[in-house]
Amino acid sequence: MMFSVATIAVFVAMVLVLFRLFAGPTLYDRVLSVNSFGTHTVLLIGIMGFLFGRPDFLDIALLYALINFVGTIAILKFFRYRAIGDHLHIASEEERKT
Amino acid sequence: MSMTENIVTGLSWFFILSGSFFVIVGAFGTWRFPDFWSRLHAASITDSAGMILLLVGMCLQAGFTLVTVKLIIIGIFLFITGPTSTHAVANAALVSGLRPEEAEGLRGVEPKPLVNSEPDSKI
Repeated sequence: MMFSVATIAVFVAMVLVLFRLFAGPTLYDRVLSVNSFGTHTVLLIGIMGFLFGRPDFLDIALLYALINFVGTIAILKFFRYRAIGDHLHIASEEERKT
Repeated sequence: MSMTENIVTGLSWFFILSGSFFVIVGAFGTWRFPDFWSRLHAASITDSAGMILLLVGMCLQAGFTLVTVKLIIIGIFLFITGPTSTHAVANAALVSGLRPEEAEGLRGVEPKPLVNSEPDSKI
């Protein structure tokens, strides 16, 4: 019973975060929404494991938390430097003013 | 049902209900707040309060098993990475030039640039 309540709450929260994801005026609103959506997904997977009586789902939740963090940092790094790994060059002050 | 089971069930009801409350409050703030910086504050509520309370409630339901260990590992990981990624988003927005709206007569302090434009003369 209590896990049903928590599942419904997390579902409603995910829908609200999705509204912000599609409406967000800037890029950083969307990145924040994606990160928050990932955290909600981790919680939802854990709670649904308890709801269905199969707590093995927690391994998947842990994996999802790892991927979520790395993905957020990768998106931010890409939009900062326009590259993920190679050819990183930090913009100087004159380049940034243009 | 014994006394201890009653107490544990009541405590986990309390933790899970309050965790659900904080999760919904954080998501509602992410949806409704007017400014990126205030949305950042609202999204952090889910990362800290809601996540910790929900995981503690699940730990109380699981008892002393391997499931509790996994839940604690997930909790520690989210507790470290949640504020880190929120800080990364805020830092990227600040570097890219996004500024909070200033109130009438209240001037914010312009942050120092990350790249030092003047070369260090002491070298």
